[in-house]
Amino acid sequence: MLKQIIAVTGMNLRNLSQRLGVSLVIVIGIAVTVAVLVSVLAMSAGFNKTLANTGRPDRAIVLRGGSEAELSSTISRENTQTIIDAPGVRRDADGKPIASAEMVAIINLPLKTSGADANVTFRGVGGKLQVLRPELHIIEGRMFRPALREVIVGRAAQAQFKGLGLGSRIDMRGSQWTVVGVFESGGDAHESELMADIETALSAYRRNLFQSVTVMLESADTFKAYKDALTTDPTLSVDVKREPQYYAAQSKRLTELLNFLATWVGGIMALGAVFGTLNTMYSAVSSRQMEIATLRAIGFGATPVIVSVFVEALLLSLIGSLLGGLLAWLFFNGNVVNTLGSNFSQVVFRLTVTPALLGSGVSLALVVGLFGGLFPAIRAARLPIVEALRAQ
Amino acid sequence: MSSIVSLKRVAKRYQRGKQTVEVLHSLDLEIEAGDFVALMGPSGSGKTTLLNLIGGLDRPSEGEVSVGGQRIDRLSGSALARFRARHIGFVFQFYNLMPMLSAQANVELPLLLTSLSAGKRHQHALTALQIVGLAERAKHKPAELSGGQAQRVAIARALVADPTLLVCDEPTGDLDRKTADEILGLLQLLNREHGKTIIMVTHDPKAAEYAKHILHMDKGTLAPQAVA
Ligand SMILES: Nc1ncnc2c1ncn2[C@@H]1O[C@H](COP(=O)(O)OP(=O)(O)OP(=O)(O)O)[C@@H](O)[C@H]1O
Ligand SMILES: [Mg+2]
Repeated sequence: MLKQIIAVTGMNLRNLSQRLGVSLVIVIGIAVTVAVLVSVLAMSAGFNKTLANTGRPDRAIVLRGGSEAELSSTISRENTQTIIDAPGVRRDADGKPIASAEMVAIINLPLKTSGADANVTFRGVGGKLQVLRPELHIIEGRMFRPALREVIVGRAAQAQFKGLGLGSRIDMRGSQWTVVGVFESGGDAHESELMADIETALSAYRRNLFQSVTVMLESADTFKAYKDALTTDPTLSVDVKREPQYYAAQSKRLTELLNFLATWVGGIMALGAVFGTLNTMYSAVSSRQMEIATLRAIGFGATPVIVSVFVEALLLSLIGSLLGGLLAWLFFNGNVVNTLGSNFSQVVFRLTVTPALLGSGVSLALVVGLFGGLFPAIRAARLPIVEALRAQ
Repeated sequence: MSSIVSLKRVAKRYQRGKQTVEVLHSLDLEIEAGDFVALMGPSGSGKTTLLNLIGGLDRPSEGEVSVGGQRIDRLSGSALARFRARHIGFVFQFYNLMPMLSAQANVELPLLLTSLSAGKRHQHALTALQIVGLAERAKHKPAELSGGQAQRVAIARALVADPTLLVCDEPTGDLDRKTADEILGLLQLLNREHGKTIIMVTHDPKAAEYAKHILHMDKGTLAPQAVA
């Protein structure tokens, strides 16, 4: 049986060159489907990776009660003090709580790509910044100094926007700020931000209200106690969230959208590819009618014929999916994409075409090939020999 | 009981839309082992239909078909396929060779259904090509062969597995007189020297003269047998 399968399949594959035109329909259809699916999934993967990197379970972010995001939250100076001094907050060597009461403002900067203005998050941070966020490192220049109009810019923000080089000046609220350092923070969402000393920022903006407080907990386990302490305090009306929980909620919308896109666009394109494959394989089978009928007359069984149809469909799908995966990888892997993230400002993330994603692209293609080959294979097996032989 | 083909009260009906058309009417036929029978008759008289029943490509609507002592009229599709592989060699009007295979590989095809080793298959195919006088064209593709040469390859393919019966439907229908005569001479040789039983459909009275017997068919019935 194996001899027959190999012979019939081999014969068919050698013959494939004569059906190159129609075969390309399968290859291209599947390549496009896989390329689109893989890039959407790569986007989702990259975005999730960026937001998953933001935050630690032993850090909590406190916003005004009912605020979804920092921009819609305000906390008075008095309240920030209560929040920072509450039990459960870890203390530094100097005995002071490790926390940062922060101001958030949105500024406009021109994008490097189009020159059009886009939103950037400007964050005023407290003096314990580097103890609170040990993942944050200055990679170029130096840290800003308090009381001076100096900012440090995230690596991703610098890559994305014009005029953020060391020594550049930025206009904010009629005052000039100097870029003195560039930081990275493990590829998280903060890398898309600008940071400055909180008091200097507040005074430049003539504000006395904060947007959020981020605290380092004694341990991840003290979160509940800390949260209870704040929510039962009658002078406060705040929401307390662990950082990962907060950022996950921020990214939920986009992640959902991307997954929706991947499922529906991928699904509809895959369905289209199934029909394309069906059509092509039907025509392949009908162009092989005489060959198949002759083999059957000689005494070959239906199995080798069925296998040969499936192998053709699967092989073409496989080639298509590898091509599509390659395209996605060549054009999109590592591509920087920005999107509106938390605070409606740009979050920069990288498309990551992982082997696992390529694997799901190939799997999808093989499923397409299987479905697209099924009915033509059945037709080939049921081909009435006598009629097919008459058809010449 | 030396009949190698035996048909008893065989009828074949086709469904054409709502109509049922009877193409063969209660037909009886006996063919002896070693015979060479030419089957003649007007177009549409049912020659190919009859040949298909004998060759196990199709089943009768009624009656019994035996080949080599085996009843084949009620066999399943896969049993019929095995029967054809073992007992029948087909020769078609348009040769039906696989265009991407060499002459040698085309001839080897039926042997893939046997348990012969690759070496033996090669050897048998070469012998068959020698019998039809085309050993030196073994490596050629069908497109590189003339019509007569292609039909010789097809005949080599039909006889390579040593079938009980060679079934030929207008084997010279697509060839000129001279080439047709060569092919018919080859069939005659296979019948006389190699003892092959042959049944051949033809429209050409000259071709029929190569056979031992001629059967005439008209509107689904056989005329009484006459000796050529
Ligand atoms: N599948 C089918 N369905 C309906 N009618 C059929 C079918 N196959 C053959 N017929 C009819 O059966 C009759 C006999 O056909 P057959 O092919 O056996 O004739 P033939 O003698 O071989 O003719 P020719 O010399 O033209 O080859 C014809 O009228 C044909 O139209
Ligand atoms: Mg006919």
